[in-house]
Amino acid sequence: MFSLDDMIQFLPSLLHGALLTIAVSLLAFALAMVCGLLTGIARISRLWPLRAVSAVYIQFIRGTPLLLQLFFIYYVLPYGGIVLSPFVSGVLGLALNYTAYMAEVFRSGIQAIPKGQWEAGASVGMSRRLMLRRIILPQAVRIIVPSIGNFFVSIFKDSALVSVITMRDLMFSGQLLASATYKHFEIFAMVAAIYFLISYPTAKFVEWIEARIDVTRRPVVIGMRG
Amino acid sequence: MNDAAEVAVVSGSDAQPIVQLERIWKSFGRLEVLTDVSLSVQKGEVVCIIGPSGAGKSTMLRCINHLENIDDGTIHFEGKPVYRYKQNGRVVVDPDSRIEAIRAQIGMVFQSFNLFPHLTVLGNVIEAPVHVLREPIAKARERAMVVLGKVGLVEKAQAYPHQLSGGQQQRVAIARALAMNPKVMLFDEATSALDPELVGEVLRVMRQLAREGMTMVVVTHEMDFARDVADRVVFMADGAIVEQGPPEVLFTAPRSPRTRQFLHSILNRNGGPEEPSPVP
Ligand SMILES: Nc1ncnc2c1ncn2[C@@H]1O[C@H](COP(=O)(O)OP(=O)(O)OP(=O)(O)O)[C@@H](O)[C@H]1O
Ligand SMILES: [Mg+2]
Repeated sequence: MFSLDDMIQFLPSLLHGALLTIAVSLLAFALAMVCGLLTGIARISRLWPLRAVSAVYIQFIRGTPLLLQLFFIYYVLPYGGIVLSPFVSGVLGLALNYTAYMAEVFRSGIQAIPKGQWEAGASVGMSRRLMLRRIILPQAVRIIVPSIGNFFVSIFKDSALVSVITMRDLMFSGQLLASATYKHFEIFAMVAAIYFLISYPTAKFVEWIEARIDVTRRPVVIGMRG
Repeated sequence: MNDAAEVAVVSGSDAQPIVQLERIWKSFGRLEVLTDVSLSVQKGEVVCIIGPSGAGKSTMLRCINHLENIDDGTIHFEGKPVYRYKQNGRVVVDPDSRIEAIRAQIGMVFQSFNLFPHLTVLGNVIEAPVHVLREPIAKARERAMVVLGKVGLVEKAQAYPHQLSGGQQQRVAIARALAMNPKVMLFDEATSALDPELVGEVLRVMRQLAREGMTMVVVTHEMDFARDVADRVVFMADGAIVEQGPPEVLFTAPRSPRTRQFLHSILNRNGGPEEPSPVP
């Protein structure tokens, strides 16, 4: 079944697709980290409109399929005069989707820090923003990292959905080749192998980060003994 | 109920109080926790607050640095109304920056220490001087070592909180507050969470501070400390100040039956839980 010739023939196009998959995923992830943090902070803001808007956003995104969100950005926005390339639509769609999930992770991580930490910061005159940056987030990171790590691993796979808006990522390249050559098994096996070669090191990388965070300066349950 | 005449007798000076609570009301939902409480604290004065559990002692202390919002009344800091007050019939709410600036001048020590676990002892102490007062790090360090010297923990500067005993952690918390050069220090049952053998080292530091002239408001169940160190003891019950006076008067000749009963229950139970039975 597998012939070396076939593989050599398919590889360049698949690798090109893989590069796009990686690019879309990394960009979307970076965006989602920043927006997720901001949305998560908005969820616990003292200003109720910020709380309301962020809560609605999160519920809405989590209550609708990613596929539909991508369709909206790519097919519906043009009716409003906003035409985005498949690449930009893909990055945006994934990022907006992941933002909602990450916001919840950031929010719960922040809320897991005991109230006494805020009070201690406040009692020495720190502003809320300063406390978040210097006291709360550095402690919340330990709680947040494992979940964020899971998202990082899964975004490479979820990004396959952007193929439906004609972005030539790894998935879409595979589909194109398969329908042109009818060598479904060979091509999809190669696609699977490449996805795995992307996610496995990613998962290992996440494990490595978690382990590092675990050993250095373990957080302490607020309590008496040393 | 507050006896204004008594305040005047006790703190005889005509100097302006550092902290003054004027007719404070505070409730949590439907629970009235502070009912028309007034208290003033003069510079250099050590005021100890005693009373049964649920009297509102912590709440009153926390109102002083705006960890709790008051419903009515006025809090004055160095003679000026702060946080949230009525002016010409209108309610004024201080901007965050002013609230933060005032808090920076009020040190607070919590029952549960609340050290920053991700920072070293030194990091805990220089955090606010560097980031709130914007002191250069070298200067903040120098000062941190001075205050760590005061609490006897210079050699622990590089340790993390979880590597310290409870008594040491609480002394770091005191150092963290002192590093801001506060005009007044608030202590909320600073020794209640400690194993008995660690209480002494923290009380010693507090006594030393008092001797050096620090203005202190101390919520405590340590009656010996209150007797020895306080200039004035305030007895609170049911959200009100029942009685206050110099320790030698309040402890030996309390005027209110409520106070008498409370002291009686404490002395009898020998430092046990201080919940007195209801007033007959
Ligand atoms: N955040 C809060 N929400 C609701 N009720 C509260 C809150 N904080 C305190 N209370 C209630 O207010 C009352 C007074 O509490 P406070 O902590 O001021 O008492 P306390 O005199 O310090 O008592 P203790 O000696 O037990 O520390 C209590 O009945 C308490 O349950
Ligand atoms: Mg209390």
